[in-house]
Amino acid sequence: MTTTPSSSVQRSRLEPEPMPRRDFLGLAAVWSAVTSLTFAFFGIMRLPKAAVLPSPSKRFKVTLPESLPLNEPFLPVGRSVALFKTPKGVYAVSVVCTHLGCIAKPSVTGFDCPCHGSRFAKDGSVLRGPAPKALPRLDIKRLSANDFLVDEGKPLAAGSEVYA
Amino acid sequence: MSPAASTAMKRFADNLLHAPKLFYETVFRSGKPVSDRTRSSFVFGNVFLHLHTTRTHRWSLRWFTTYGLGIAALSSFVLTLITGVLLMFYYKPYPQVAYDSIKDIHFVVPTGRFIRNIHRWAANVMVVVVILHMVRVFYTAAYRKMREFNWVIGMGLLAVTLGLSFTGYLLPWDQLAYWAITIGANIAQSPREVTDALNITQYIDIGGLQKLILLGSDSVGEEALIRFFLLHVMILPLALILLMAVHFWRIRKDGGLAKPADADARVGTDNEPVYPVFTEEPKKTYSLAAVVPGRTPVVGSGPEKTLPSMPHLFYAEAGVFMLAIFLCALLAIFVDAPLKELANPAVPENPAKAPWYFLGLQELVSQSAFMGGIGIPAIVLLGLGLIPYLDRETEGTGEWFGGPGGRALVLRSAIFGLATVIGLEMFAIHYGWIRQWFPHVPQLVITFVNPGTLLTLAYALFSVWSVRKYDSTRAGALALFTCFLAGFVVLTIIGYHFRGPNWEFYWSPAQWPGH
Repeated sequence: MTTTPSSSVQRSRLEPEPMPRRDFLGLAAVWSAVTSLTFAFFGIMRLPKAAVLPSPSKRFKVTLPESLPLNEPFLPVGRSVALFKTPKGVYAVSVVCTHLGCIAKPSVTGFDCPCHGSRFAKDGSVLRGPAPKALPRLDIKRLSANDFLVDEGKPLAAGSEVYA
Repeated sequence: MSPAASTAMKRFADNLLHAPKLFYETVFRSGKPVSDRTRSSFVFGNVFLHLHTTRTHRWSLRWFTTYGLGIAALSSFVLTLITGVLLMFYYKPYPQVAYDSIKDIHFVVPTGRFIRNIHRWAANVMVVVVILHMVRVFYTAAYRKMREFNWVIGMGLLAVTLGLSFTGYLLPWDQLAYWAITIGANIAQSPREVTDALNITQYIDIGGLQKLILLGSDSVGEEALIRFFLLHVMILPLALILLMAVHFWRIRKDGGLAKPADADARVGTDNEPVYPVFTEEPKKTYSLAAVVPGRTPVVGSGPEKTLPSMPHLFYAEAGVFMLAIFLCALLAIFVDAPLKELANPAVPENPAKAPWYFLGLQELVSQSAFMGGIGIPAIVLLGLGLIPYLDRETEGTGEWFGGPGGRALVLRSAIFGLATVIGLEMFAIHYGWIRQWFPHVPQLVITFVNPGTLLTLAYALFSVWSVRKYDSTRAGALALFTCFLAGFVVLTIIGYHFRGPNWEFYWSPAQWPGH
């Protein structure tokens, strides 16, 4: 039994040989294996990307002391947030440095980051150092005269402010 | 008892008596390595040794050819491997518990402190030696034809070595660990510096994804610790061993160590004794060269310029191994591995410093997180990887500072590199940078124009100038590599010694304000 293709169509001498069926099937098999392995790889890489983050709730209640002077920071224990009393109301600002995530400490001018020397004003704007953007303001609600609800997990868009 | 039975018993007793000797002979089939022939079979008859050729060129045996740096790197890795497995008997990867278990290892476990110190010192020695090994290979132009890919594998080994050191840093769960990893994870997130500035973070958040995969959470916690533990004890060591296997095998397949074309003539006459000399065997030849491409120690010339690998090469390698053990043990006796207070997510260390080999990067990161932590390192790694593919010349292969320009160019580049980095840093420390002068300048300007990027640009321009002046790519590579080495050293020293609380400049740590 002969396997020579019996083509009746005249081809030019320069035209490439048509690909034999077995070569085509072989290549198709190899490339479908490569494709499925690639997709399998991306599927497997879903595993290390956590779907549920184990961190505790970032919403918390805070009571400001009656004696807190205007424009002085109040830092709730165990939270990376500072609250300020102003004539316009109370606002909350995150103290997690926007550069590389260290906790900025309150200073006379605002906040100083110990890691790479970024400095922020009391409203969160960058004064100097490598921080690429201002400390974000946080969502805050007044519950009663001196009780507030702050959401650390909800940084406001740059430039927006919320007073309570 | 019949006579036949008695002879059978006698043979049995004989065999029993000779069993140890027979056992030894079945293990080491070739007998004592005393003649050229038995020395050859000593090498190729042993699964661990047959990675070597049976004879080694005298050029490769000279001290200044390699200074034994490759074997030193392997030795320190073996040390970390053994001590690391021992530490795993007691280490528990869970926050707080991890800290307590390290304290146990340090204060309670018999020899625990010594083993942990060796582990820490061997890791440091490994980083130093791997960098020096790369420096040696570069300056002797040993990355050229046939060895190009092995140079790239070497880049991979450097990256994995640094990764192993860095992941090991978190495991004690002390203040040092916690804040170093917080900074590291945020460097992984720093592509946001660019995507935020372009307002596309909600569409492509590469930085956020990297941090999420690294930490398994949005902050450093138990998920991060188990991931770093997994990377440190399983994924990265496996990657390192795999890369090492390829690296070593290719040295052999690429024809041994790089030698100048006239190496034969330069190692002296055939009868000249070499140091160390263990034997004055007759110069009888056995053509046992492996058939590999290129100039193997034996192909193309007689074996006169080669010596049996056993004992000359193996004794030298064993010597380097002993030296590495001695050094690590000595350091481990006198200097303890650090363990600070338990990690406290509310109070960062001040200053929070990365391990020493990342302090140069930390100095750059203090100018721009993205360029310092990802941009410039990526450019440097890419540049290093491309060297053998751009430098296709042959002049100076196997010679220290070989190639057009040579020592004079290296010296000039070192001076230029030092002057530029010191000048830029002095300027930035004294006068500050753009943010202080123009507070409202867009972030992208600072990301792309800062002392680090200007330094990279200056080095690149100097390298291009060298290519033109000497009409040689190798000259450009020599200039660039030397400049980056100078920059790395100076930035590391600044980060290590001259930076204090709030990353301010201090002439010495004695001037730091007290807490």
